[in-house]
Amino acid sequence: MTRVFVSRDMASVALGADEVAQAFAQAGCDVVRTGSRGLFAIEPLVEVETQAGRIGYGPVGPQHVAAVLDGSHANRLGDVDALPFFASQQRFTFARCGITDPLSLADYAAHGGWKGLEAARAMSPQAVVDAVKASGLRGRGGAGFPTGIKWQTVLDAPAGEKFIVCNADEGDSGTFADRMLMEGDPYCLIEGMAIAARAVGAGHGYIYIRSEYPFACRTMRVAIEASAHLVAPFTLEVREGAGAYVCGEETALLDSIEGKRGQVRAKPPLPALKGLFGQPTVINNVLSLAAVPFILAGGAEAYAAVGFGRSRGTMPVQLAGNVRHGGLYEIGFGITLGELVNDIGGGTASRRPVRAVQVGGPLGAYFPPSMFHLPFDYEAFAAAGGLIGHAGITVFDDSVDMAHMARFAMEFCAVESCGKCTPCRIGSTRGVEIMDRIMAHRVPPSAVQSGPGLLPSQEHGSLSKALYSRSPSRIDTSLDAQTTLLRDLCDTMKYGSLCALGGFTPYPVLSALDHFPEDFGASPSPDLAPVKEVAE
Amino acid sequence: MSAIIAIDDDRAMAAWVQDWTARHGARRDQLLPLLQAMQRHYGHIADHVVPTVARALNISRADVHGVVTFYHDLRRVPPGRHVVKLCRAESCQARGGAAIDRLAAQRLGVAMGATRDDGAVTLEPVYCLGLCAIGPNALVDGRPVARIDAAALERIAVEVGA
Repeated sequence: MTRVFVSRDMASVALGADEVAQAFAQAGCDVVRTGSRGLFAIEPLVEVETQAGRIGYGPVGPQHVAAVLDGSHANRLGDVDALPFFASQQRFTFARCGITDPLSLADYAAHGGWKGLEAARAMSPQAVVDAVKASGLRGRGGAGFPTGIKWQTVLDAPAGEKFIVCNADEGDSGTFADRMLMEGDPYCLIEGMAIAARAVGAGHGYIYIRSEYPFACRTMRVAIEASAHLVAPFTLEVREGAGAYVCGEETALLDSIEGKRGQVRAKPPLPALKGLFGQPTVINNVLSLAAVPFILAGGAEAYAAVGFGRSRGTMPVQLAGNVRHGGLYEIGFGITLGELVNDIGGGTASRRPVRAVQVGGPLGAYFPPSMFHLPFDYEAFAAAGGLIGHAGITVFDDSVDMAHMARFAMEFCAVESCGKCTPCRIGSTRGVEIMDRIMAHRVPPSAVQSGPGLLPSQEHGSLSKALYSRSPSRIDTSLDAQTTLLRDLCDTMKYGSLCALGGFTPYPVLSALDHFPEDFGASPSPDLAPVKEVAE
Repeated sequence: MSAIIAIDDDRAMAAWVQDWTARHGARRDQLLPLLQAMQRHYGHIADHVVPTVARALNISRADVHGVVTFYHDLRRVPPGRHVVKLCRAESCQARGGAAIDRLAAQRLGVAMGATRDDGAVTLEPVYCLGLCAIGPNALVDGRPVARIDAAALERIAVEVGA
């Protein structure tokens, strides 16, 4: 019987993988459902087991069974690992994803699974923490805080009960690595959490998964049950989110698990000291915890040997949006943004020029192609006024309206604000209003080339002033005044908000304003542009 | 007549809650899982069940109401027979999502965030399904659909009977 491999990843299923798998099963094949390899342009991907190894075909439809089985299909890819997209990767965390049956304990063990946990059990808790410190692993959720130091704090905290919480509330648009790992290699995350529990002395763990990821919730629940005897006495459970983006913020997530509104807590106290139910808690992102088994099994030095500056190890980069070769690309830090977008990603899917990329989700900055020399590194991105975040890169072509994207960032913040602090709750709504006034000033594109850049503000005065019924005469609705007001508001949000939602919403807004001033109605002449680097 | 039905409903609901807490526990941190299970079973969380839930978990009605109204997923009114969740986030916008938004509202005959008058379909925004390289995306009654164009939207519309 011919054995074929078809992904069961949510993205593959959305592209028709279930129908393809069914067709191969009906043709008498032994169909193994795997995670996704991570390149969506070739999904649905079918790999046929032959004496020469697995031969991939993709994309294929259910009507192509015969052509795939006799090897005549036009989309024959050969050895998938040898494709340039995969051959140039450094897959530490995603080594098994797309290759094994995610729920097969035999597959997991045969591909190096549980080695990290075995090693950790043979070491003292302090030695485990030391290994994670030596690896240089930093929180992959976005903040980049050293994971080993967080664990040390929890290890040193005296308490009868400690918890491990996995933040799988991956709400950032343009990111899907957590989802792919949970669907494609759930035991890897479970092993990472069991190692964390061993390191700090925790007895119970929670995986908080957003409800928008129904496949991941199902896979993790089955995997937890199947592997319970291997991680005992440590126990685990899945908690499903309920559509609140802000619950990706660690303290809001803890409140949500406790059965409360997902509102942000003021820090200190740190969750490492007073976290879930007031107990010391390790709270880490999926990718941080999933990197740990490799570190324990392969050695901290092997992990730290890869990377750039203070960013050690690999990052599963997610290429998303209008990109030709979108998918998951795990690589050591230090690769440049341009290499990722143009060489690996192949530019836009629409074949139009790249105009902007947003790195790090809805709270990440927009960068123009003139900044594509930036190396992928926490510090380099921070210095450039942005953040790596969860390493999602969303590509936009030249049809994008950056003022609209800035308005959307404010709108999203208003929809998702937990309401606890004023700069975020009120500021986001005021931000939408300012963006509406700025956009009302914009002249049609034809007039930009020929005439002066601005319309007289009186033409929009009556509408704008109506929004300020208290003191209409004191409000300056001119473009300059509104732009200044926007910067002022962003400053307040950035430094006055309790968490990253309000605090980082200024990143997309200000980066759009700085790098693409022409979309905000500014005159295209360079001496008026507020920054030196303007998109070409 | 309707009052009698409401009382019967309340009794059935109370029994359902009691049964659920007997199996899963009545600790406060079970509130969200309880409400999610209730919504899966009944379709929504009616305001009149809030006191029942509060009693079962020994918390205040305000606590329950606060949670019900905080989370986008929890519904206080029943949804349509079909639910289409369309992604509005950046990655889908980069792939032409805004046009699909407008087209969906037009073709399904319902505004974003609303249920059609005949109760056939609810159209809701969702912010990211994690399928960001193959957008615009949607969840149609929980089933993921990718690369939505006019033709795919037509198939969805036929499926939900619009």
